[in-house]
Amino acid sequence: MIVLENLRKSFGELEVLKGINLTVDNGEVVSLIGASGSGKSTLLYCINALESIHAGKVTVDGIDVHAKGTDINKLRQKLGTVFQQWNSFPHLTALENVALAPRVVTKKSRKEAQEIAEKQLVHVGLGDKLNHYPSQLSGGQQQRLAIARALAMEPKYMLFDEATSALDPELVGEVLDIMRLLASEGMTMIVVTHEMSFARDVSDRVAFFKQGVLAEIGPPEQVMTNPQDPDLQRFLSTIG
Amino acid sequence: MDYQFHWRPVIQALPDLLKASLVTLEVSLIAMALGLMFGLVLYFCRASSLRLLRGFGSTWVEIARNTPSLFQIFVFYWGLGEFGIFLSSFTAVVAALTFNCAGYMAETYRGGFNAVPAGQDKAARTLGMTKLQSLRYVVLPQVLRAIYGPMTNQFTWVILASSLGMLAGLRELSGETQYFNSRTFRTFEFFAATAVIYYLIAKIALILMRLLGRPLFRAERARP
Ligand SMILES: Nc1ncnc2c1ncn2[C@@H]1O[C@H](COP(=O)(O)OP(=O)(O)OP(=O)(O)O)[C@@H](O)[C@H]1O
Ligand SMILES: [Mg+2]
Repeated sequence: MIVLENLRKSFGELEVLKGINLTVDNGEVVSLIGASGSGKSTLLYCINALESIHAGKVTVDGIDVHAKGTDINKLRQKLGTVFQQWNSFPHLTALENVALAPRVVTKKSRKEAQEIAEKQLVHVGLGDKLNHYPSQLSGGQQQRLAIARALAMEPKYMLFDEATSALDPELVGEVLDIMRLLASEGMTMIVVTHEMSFARDVSDRVAFFKQGVLAEIGPPEQVMTNPQDPDLQRFLSTIG
Repeated sequence: MDYQFHWRPVIQALPDLLKASLVTLEVSLIAMALGLMFGLVLYFCRASSLRLLRGFGSTWVEIARNTPSLFQIFVFYWGLGEFGIFLSSFTAVVAALTFNCAGYMAETYRGGFNAVPAGQDKAARTLGMTKLQSLRYVVLPQVLRAIYGPMTNQFTWVILASSLGMLAGLRELSGETQYFNSRTFRTFEFFAATAVIYYLIAKIALILMRLLGRPLFRAERARP
């Protein structure tokens, strides 16, 4: 379970998160939607501690993410993160990309790490690309590689930050398919997305972000077909 | 021109010249290896948030890059004597060349690190890697790839610059050549032969660097 309590975050003068309360239950898929600059990415990075916070609290399975004594590297193993830019490691093959963290972080043997990597690459449909380098893969394939790389740590949660926004339109589908697959397997996911059909079809709840506050949250049929917030109504009509 | 070439003294001295070449190689290798390490440390000093470290790094780099190498060798060989520190020719030359290499490499590393997108480290850290693991397995291999060309040039430069060591009394290849020259006065022959030896050493070093660097460039070779 991921719990955000009265979470506040500023960049200098600019307050980006103005007291967010959100609980994500195990097995739940929550989509975050909202205008550019509303603080969606920042929220994700406060969960995996890529960003510090100024007030409030984030707990993952009861562990206070931003407490001094927290072993953040250990906690991050639970939190798979996929960025808009896939950041595949260009000097390593697909197999090595995925096997690296199990090797050096969880100290698996070379053989074990390779087995895990192969399993996850098959999982995301890259079973025939094990020995390819990122430069030999398309954007969609590299993003699936990034997903496999995160899954290899056997995370309990997956955080997606606009995982399909940097892709050519014809490559978006293959990545969304994998995300759908993970959701159907019961993975707990927080998904920042501009793909309204994905938010509608896959999420248990949709949260609308407006200038650092959670303006509206609920099941997609409620939030997306019967929005209350006028800004959300406008947002949905422009984007969808 | 009625100069008579006499190569016999050179041929007789060849074993000694080759032995001295090993000193040249030894000095260059040690200075280069240490320069690579200290250069990395200097890069981190200069990128540090601590002013003291930044100042230390910048001062080193500025002096190393903006004073003559010969002057640097003299400082280590004679200059330190003022402070009661007496280094052997070998140590002084290695130290001075290391000082110089580190300064140049610090600057080269900066370019290399800038060439690696910030997302690489971020991705590594979100997988649970520590700063050091991310550096070791993700960032540094890409930095090395980016600086490999300049690094190879630097190595060639050290080999050639180590000849300045003769002025601090080091019997490396140039020192040895000068020694034979002063005994036989076959100046042209000796320095011509030595130039050829330097050329060969530099070429062999270049080839070795290429071979050594091959694993770094696996991904480039795989390109369709
Ligand atoms: N490192 C930073 N330093 C200063 N300001 C930042 C930083 N990161 C984000 N911001 C600012 O915080 C606000 C929220 O940014 P954030 O990236 O969270 O928005 P977002 O909802 O993810 O937008 P987008 O849809 O464009 O990705 C923006 O105004 C942004 O300019
Ligand atoms: Mg964003």
